[in-house]
Amino acid sequence: MYNHVLDYLAETVARVPEKTAFVGENLSYTFRQVYDISRSIGSAVLSKGLNKEPVIVFMQKSPQTIVTFFGVVNAGCYYVPIDEEMPAARINLIFENCQSKLMICDNNTVKLAQELSFDGDILIFDNICDYKTDNKLLLNVRERAIDTDPIYIVFTSGSTGVPKGVCACHRSVIDYVEQLSSVLEFDENTIFGNQTPLYFDACLKELYPTLKFGATTYLIPHQLFMFPVKLVEYLNENKINTICWVVSALTMISTFNTFAAVVPKYLRTIAFGSEVFPVKQLNIWRDAVKTASFFNLYGPTEGTGMCCYYPIDREFSADETIPIGYPFKNTDILLLDNEDRQVEDGEPGEICIRGTSVTLGYYNNPDKTKEAFVQNPLNKFYPEIIYRTGDIGKKNDRGELVFLSRKDYQIKHMGHRIELGEIEVNVNVLDEIKFSGCIYDSVKNKIVLFFVGDITAAELSKAIKERLPRYMMPNNIISLKNMPFTANGKIDRVELKKIYNEKYINKN
Amino acid sequence: MEELLEILNELHPDIDFNTQQNLVDEKILDSFDIVTIISEVADVFDITISAEEIVPDNFNSASALYSLIEKKMDDED
Repeated sequence: MYNHVLDYLAETVARVPEKTAFVGENLSYTFRQVYDISRSIGSAVLSKGLNKEPVIVFMQKSPQTIVTFFGVVNAGCYYVPIDEEMPAARINLIFENCQSKLMICDNNTVKLAQELSFDGDILIFDNICDYKTDNKLLLNVRERAIDTDPIYIVFTSGSTGVPKGVCACHRSVIDYVEQLSSVLEFDENTIFGNQTPLYFDACLKELYPTLKFGATTYLIPHQLFMFPVKLVEYLNENKINTICWVVSALTMISTFNTFAAVVPKYLRTIAFGSEVFPVKQLNIWRDAVKTASFFNLYGPTEGTGMCCYYPIDREFSADETIPIGYPFKNTDILLLDNEDRQVEDGEPGEICIRGTSVTLGYYNNPDKTKEAFVQNPLNKFYPEIIYRTGDIGKKNDRGELVFLSRKDYQIKHMGHRIELGEIEVNVNVLDEIKFSGCIYDSVKNKIVLFFVGDITAAELSKAIKERLPRYMMPNNIISLKNMPFTANGKIDRVELKKIYNEKYINKN
Repeated sequence: MEELLEILNELHPDIDFNTQQNLVDEKILDSFDIVTIISEVADVFDITISAEEIVPDNFNSASALYSLIEKKMDDED
C-alpha cells in the first residue's frame, strides 16, 4: 500500500525513465530527470536541517517548480507555493502564518523574494538542482514517513482579510488521485493540458496522476487562454487528450465560435469545475468534440481537490443546472439543516464532507479551523471530523447532488474562490476610504466595488493592486456620495445591487 | 474611439489607454478583460469579433482595437 505520494514516482521511473513527464514553455523533464532533480533538491533541503516543516516555493510556473515541490516532499517537508501574481502584502501574511525557515526561488523571482519580509534562508533552483544526493538520509526520511504528514499548504481567500492556509496530507492526496483517476480513466497514454496555476490544489489533477501512470503534462502558456484559436491549435499540436479546466477557460473557446475555425482533434476527456457551466456553452462543446467524455467536478480546497463528480450522460436544456453528481468512492457527503440534522431527500442542506479527503485544517489557525472542521454532529460516539463547506445543495429527483447557493459572501470568479469581505478589508485600510462594499454581477461575471472616500476610482485601483492578487481585483469601481446601510448598521448589499442595476440599465 | 476608451477605462481606470501600446505583452489585459471587451464592443458597435480576430496584434493597443472595429463596421455596412 502507498503511504507517500512519491511512491508513484519511484515505480514509474523504473518503468519508463526516458518518457517525458512535464513540458513547459522552454524546457521539459523526463521521469528520470524528475526523479534525480527532486532527490537533489530534497538533499539540499535536508542539508539546511529542516524536519517536517513548511518550505516556501516562490517560482514562475514551470516544470522546475513541480520538481521543486517533489524535492521538498522528498525531504519530508511540505511545500507552500506562492506566486508573483500575489502582492507583497499578501505574501507577507503567508510568511507570518507559516513561520518557514526556507524559501526556494528561481532566477526570475529571487530579486522580488529579497524585498519581502522573509527571515529564513533562500535557495535558488539553479544552485541546488544538481546538489549531491544523500541517498542514506533520503531513505531514512522516507522510512519514518507516515501518510498523515502534510504534503502542501495552499492559501485561500479569508473574509477577515487574512488568507487561510489549507493543509493536506499524503493520504488525502493519494485517495484523491486514485478516485479521480478511476473516474476519469487516466492511463499511461494520457496527455494532460494543464490550465490551473500551481499555487492551488487544482493542479493535483495533473501532477500526481502523471507520476502514477507515467503520463505527460503540458503546462499551457498562460497567455494562450486569451486567444482561443491559438489555444486549440496548441492542443492539437501537442496531441493533448485530457483537460481539467475552470469553466471560464472552456467558455472562452466556445463563446467566440472558435470551432468554426479549428476543432480539437485529440480530446477524449474534458473535466471542468469550480463554477457552473452554462448549458448552452456545454452543448457547443459536446457538438464540437462528439467523442469526448465530459465531467462536472465539485469540491472545495478543504476537501483535497475535488470530492464530487458528474459524468454528463444525458441532454440538458438551457434552463437546467448540471448536477455535481455523486461523491467519489471513499468520500461521503452529508446535507445538514440549520439544526444539524440530515435533510429529507429533495430538501436543501449544507454540503458537508466526510472521509479521508477532508484535509488537516487551516495551518496555524485553530480558530478558523474550529469553525469549519467540526465533529460530525450525527456521531456522538467517537471523534470524527467533517468539513462544512458553506455551500447549500440538494438531491434532485434522480438522486444526484445539485449545488444551489452559498451561505455567505464567497463567490467564484474565473474559477477562483474569493471572499468579497477580503476585498473590502483591503480597500478599507486605505486612509482615503470611508466605506466600501462589494457585490458580484453574476450575469456579466464582474466584481463591482462601491466606495465612499476622498480618492478617484483610478487612484483606488492603483492602490489596491498592491494589496490584492490580480484575480481579486474589482472589474468595476464605482464612487458613491453615501453608502447605503441596513437597519442594523451593515453595508446594504441589496441596495448596492439596485444602484448597480439602475446604472447599468440607464446606460443601455 | 471615445466609446471604446470608456469600455477600457471601466475595466482598468488606472491605465492610460491613449498611450499604452503593449496591453497584451505587459499583461495589462487578461482573459477576463478580453471576453468583457469583446462582448461590450459587440453591444456598443453592433459587430461580432470572430475567434480568428482574437489575436495579440488586435488587442495590444486601443488604437489597434479601434481600427479592427472600424474595419468591421465598414464590412458590415
